[in-house]
Amino acid sequence: MRNSSKTKEVLIYIGLAIWMIVNLFPVYWMFTFSLKSNPEIFGDNVIGLPKEWLWSNYTTALHTGNMGLYFMNSAIVAISTIIITLCVALMATFALTRLIWKGRKTLNKFFMLGLTIPIHASIVPVYVTLSKLNMLNTYWALIIPYSAFSLAMAILVCVGFMNEIPRELDESACIDGCGVFGVFFRIIVPLMRPAVATVGIYTFLQCWNELMFANVFISKNALRTLPVGVQALSGQYTTEWGPIGAALVLATFPTLFVYIFLSKKIQESFIAGAIKG
Amino acid sequence: MNKMYSNKWYIIIFLLPALILFCGVLIAPIGASGYFSFFDWNGFTEKTFIGFSNYKELFTSDSIGFMKALGNSLLLAVLSVFLQLPLALALALVLGKKIKGERAFLSVYFMPVLISTVVIGQLWLKIYNPDYGVLNVALRAVGLDNLTHIWLGEKATALGAVFVPILWQYVGYHMLLLYAGVKSVPPELREAAMLDGASDGQVNRYIVLPYIKPIIKISVIFAVTGSLKSFDLIYVLTNGGPLHATEVPSTLMISMLFLRNRYGMGSTIAVLLIILCFAFALLINLVFREED
Repeated sequence: MRNSSKTKEVLIYIGLAIWMIVNLFPVYWMFTFSLKSNPEIFGDNVIGLPKEWLWSNYTTALHTGNMGLYFMNSAIVAISTIIITLCVALMATFALTRLIWKGRKTLNKFFMLGLTIPIHASIVPVYVTLSKLNMLNTYWALIIPYSAFSLAMAILVCVGFMNEIPRELDESACIDGCGVFGVFFRIIVPLMRPAVATVGIYTFLQCWNELMFANVFISKNALRTLPVGVQALSGQYTTEWGPIGAALVLATFPTLFVYIFLSKKIQESFIAGAIKG
Repeated sequence: MNKMYSNKWYIIIFLLPALILFCGVLIAPIGASGYFSFFDWNGFTEKTFIGFSNYKELFTSDSIGFMKALGNSLLLAVLSVFLQLPLALALALVLGKKIKGERAFLSVYFMPVLISTVVIGQLWLKIYNPDYGVLNVALRAVGLDNLTHIWLGEKATALGAVFVPILWQYVGYHMLLLYAGVKSVPPELREAAMLDGASDGQVNRYIVLPYIKPIIKISVIFAVTGSLKSFDLIYVLTNGGPLHATEVPSTLMISMLFLRNRYGMGSTIAVLLIILCFAFALLINLVFREED
């Protein structure tokens, strides 16, 4: 009895370890080939650590490959989206949880529809509208749709947190002479920090990795975001894998870096986004 | 305070930005897509109303191959529910039992979800590369030369080769959701069952699984609708090729819109995708309700 449970445990750990390797290998391989020369990647040393650490792959990716530019574009789009999503969602949540009016429950449900609407639904009309407004090939062409599609999840998370803030705080602030805006900005918003972090992280990851809109709404090289830029770059460097590897690492590095420090928070934000009530 | 909080103007001011954004980008376009789907339209010249012709053409034309594309995404949905989810569930059950290294395993398994699909796609392009890719190199190294393939270039292997990274990337996502469920099972329930002499398997079967059923349902819905909508990895790996072997509705939609300028037909595919996603979500809800 004792023995069989021991073997079972060992088998479980072997299984877990194998799956761990399956998950780590592609990332490990990406890091190593980003530092290798073609002869190493293509024959001498396919899987091992680089014999000669070729940092020049990174300079190639950054300079001739424009990775620095794409990186900036992605950062601008992601940060603007996060700010807009948070402002709009916090305001809407305040109206949905604090202000008193009929139909706020229905409206909340209406917003939650956004969790299930696929981005395909809007691609043609949004493309046509953006082109009529001459807004294709601008940052706004991505920021506005991204904010709209992040809104449902942001409201979902914010409503949860805002309901936890005791109403007595509002009342005492009122007695102290705060108006509605005073309560909102001085009492509610500062207490919403955990929600802001959750929404911010989730929204960041969604924008940072989004491909379909970024590919369709932006065709100017100068405005491309990372996913589209990496695609373009790999088209240019089909035979040189080193610089492509470097570009992949550059695109992935920020997310993994943040993940190392905030793994728990990031996981929570994904759980919050999926499991509604 | 109640009087101040019932003031109409404040309500309007606080809601307006969200309503404009939400209706402008999400709700109105659904209607517009539906409207466009009844027209023959290249995006620039006048639209011609053609009724349900787009829908008819989509379901009957072999040259578009929508049924094939839909079939591919449904196959992915089946694989996702019957391969990806069980694996994710098994991992969640094991990790949810407070084993050593729980956090480390969890964090590594979830990592692929965070990496951009373009990066994942580019990596797998390299893994599948017929000459220098890890897969063929490994097969040659162990003397299985006859098993090497041009994985993404041969009609027979392309679909499978595209599905592997898609399924692989999101195991961690489903595992995380299910793990959160397993962790929410009250310890008393578990302990009581253990005291009654239940084995691990029995505890999982009779206590944990029924308890996390709502989350399993969410996972199944995400797996199915996600498969119907799948785009990124296929776009990067094959863009529907070779000879449309890996086409799915989304890749078809994009090529209708931006290669062939058929905006009406592209909208038709979008509308069908939305309807299918909602229909499957409802269906899955019903199936789970029936079981109770």
